Amino acid sequence: MHKTRLQILICGGTGCISSGCLEVEDALVAAMEKHGIRNEATILKVGCFGFCEQGPIVKIYPDNTFYVQVQAQDCEELVTEHLLKGKHVDRLLFKSPLTGELCHHHMDMAFYKTQLRIALYHCGVVDPENIEDYFGVGGYEALAICLTEHSPEKIIEIIKESGLRGRGGAGFPTGLKWEFGLKNASDKKYIICNADEGDPGAFMDRSIMEGDPHAVLEAMAIAARAIGADEGVVYIRAEYPLAVNRLNVAINQARKYGMLGENIMGSGFNFDVHVHLGAGAFVCGEETALINSLEGLRGEPRLRPPFPAQKGFWGQPTVNCNVETYACVPLIITKGPDWFKSVGTPKSPGTKVFALAGKINNVGLIEVPMGTTLREVIFEIGGGIPNGKKFKAIQTGGPSGGCISEKDLDVGVDFDTLTAIGSMMGSGGMIVMDEDDCMVNIAKFYLEFTVEESCGKCTPCRIGNTRMYEILERITKGLGKPEDLVELRELGQTIKDASLCGLGNTAPNPVLSTLNNFMHEYEAHVLHGKCPAGACKDLVNFVITEKCIACGLCVKVCPVSCIHPTGTEMPNGKKKFVIDQEECIKCGACIPKCPPKIGAIIKE
Amino acid sequence: MEKNEKALYAELDAYIDAMPTKQGALISVLHKAQDIFGYLPKEVQTHVADKLDVPASKVYGVLTFYSFFTMTQKGKNRVNVCMGTACFVRGADKILERFERDLNMKANTTSEDKLWSLDALRCIGACGLAPIITVNGKSHGRLVEDDVPGIIASCLEEKEGA
Repeated sequence: MHKTRLQILICGGTGCISSGCLEVEDALVAAMEKHGIRNEATILKVGCFGFCEQGPIVKIYPDNTFYVQVQAQDCEELVTEHLLKGKHVDRLLFKSPLTGELCHHHMDMAFYKTQLRIALYHCGVVDPENIEDYFGVGGYEALAICLTEHSPEKIIEIIKESGLRGRGGAGFPTGLKWEFGLKNASDKKYIICNADEGDPGAFMDRSIMEGDPHAVLEAMAIAARAIGADEGVVYIRAEYPLAVNRLNVAINQARKYGMLGENIMGSGFNFDVHVHLGAGAFVCGEETALINSLEGLRGEPRLRPPFPAQKGFWGQPTVNCNVETYACVPLIITKGPDWFKSVGTPKSPGTKVFALAGKINNVGLIEVPMGTTLREVIFEIGGGIPNGKKFKAIQTGGPSGGCISEKDLDVGVDFDTLTAIGSMMGSGGMIVMDEDDCMVNIAKFYLEFTVEESCGKCTPCRIGNTRMYEILERITKGLGKPEDLVELRELGQTIKDASLCGLGNTAPNPVLSTLNNFMHEYEAHVLHGKCPAGACKDLVNFVITEKCIACGLCVKVCPVSCIHPTGTEMPNGKKKFVIDQEECIKCGACIPKCPPKIGAIIKE
Repeated sequence: MEKNEKALYAELDAYIDAMPTKQGALISVLHKAQDIFGYLPKEVQTHVADKLDVPASKVYGVLTFYSFFTMTQKGKNRVNVCMGTACFVRGADKILERFERDLNMKANTTSEDKLWSLDALRCIGACGLAPIITVNGKSHGRLVEDDVPGIIASCLEEKEGA
């Protein structure tokens, strides 16, 4: 398809755009034009390579060199050295932090070694804005097979056989869901793609839509064929402008090439998709709330039953799956269910995409076989904790999940194991925390989110979570009482039991899991008025020790001028500094200013 | 101004009239209205209600449910601090506090002179660059507190230059 001597792939995901990939593209083009070789290379802006920490990433084929943190000013050298002379630009290669070796190929990196891409199969390979690229890697072949060789029942049988479970969080068997959709007879049915990725710190679905939108559209068409639907909707966050744009481009191209619309591939099958923008409500990730939102209403969940497969969008049978679930479907059809089952664990076959972030060296998007241990994810793929700090916890499942401590790191991750250790898969966010993070404060952070996002329909969720938040607020201020810890547990359990939807059912998880795994931190706050991590302001004092050399650097940065020369007099007559605790707002601005070899300012 | 506003309403009406069906259209219409007006004051709400033939209370109910919609006009400079979890554990709260202090305003408000809007935002999904903010649509990643005064100053310069 691209018949040039060289191909240059630039990561065009949101992460790399933020770190300047568009400027890199312009600079590359300019440098190539300057050297008269613009026509020797094709430049493709592709989907996320995953290694966001090292963005912008540029890959050059045919020798598959992986350059990291490329900036516009590096492009001249890339063109003269790599493109013209065929030499690697060593300073732009990734250097292994462990061995110091330069990695030319992405598979040399610990970050990629154990990864396996199924949902992200084409991400970073095809130009997401060009359907012909997708055709070139076998795109829409699965749909062709489903339209010409398989009956709807056969498609469902294949999906059931593969053991694919919903990647949106709950892990419901996808084939079963489709079967319900098929069995509920109606002359109008709908297919919905849930792309309302509201979990903060998660960007899997966005990356798939930005990098491989046709895979999602193809799978939606396959699902439509399986249940007998002719209309599909992608419900996507308005906060994802790039993904929305790429989806719309893909839909228009698919229509133009007859992959969507009427009489697809001459089979007589009709199916079309449109995009619906969400408006910023976390609860709309819940499928019945999503359907209400699609109908122009407040996104409050509905009672189930009836399930959407019986009565969904506009009262018609509706099948709703998550982006990542759809992205697995075309490969299951073309490679077969046994291939899919050969990866992962018996009860959770396949892979899972995670957004790895927080206090971790290699922030990025990763896809690993189910059953990979958290330890591998954090310390091999993730490259461990930055700045020599100690690992404390990993949070999975976002506001619905829990904090997992060191003792459970050897658990192989799948839907059931995570639930068993008090967390959940959720959509796949993984946030790593180190010794400086206070677990009570983190639990409060998540709860603040759910309090704000609770739709208010069910009293236990609306009021219970608010009460829990107030208790946590008290504890982090040093006003907690021992009975608060009992109360938190009781409230949490009641909210879980008595709420209607997944948001309420899981909202107390961050609190309950930290109570289980980090009780000593709660006790330190409540019983001793101390925050061991030094994160809760009201329990921390900033103090200048005797090490002070009266240089005055801290005085200059103090926003409230509360550092005064009132301490012990030094031989040269200068007085050491003291922080006035009454005036101090505990912003911490002074600490980094104190020269590290002095280190006179401490938290206590 | 008066005439200008008329044109804005006309643009919104044209959008609504071109819709194949008004059934379930409310959220799409509100998106469009916010695009056009920048925010959704009472007058726009009642206009949408009339046009779609739904009670004004329903329009209000829906728009207050979704955080993407706003009923207050935003400032000239829009600072959005990502408060997603990844940014939070990498110190986004300190960045936000610094903006609050330096701009002398609270998060999620607009300054009286309409020069600044400071908002805490849910994840923008660039966790590799945490903590990250966007200022007038442009992102600034891997921030430390001391970057804040420079960002504020550059906004003021740009606006003066323009």
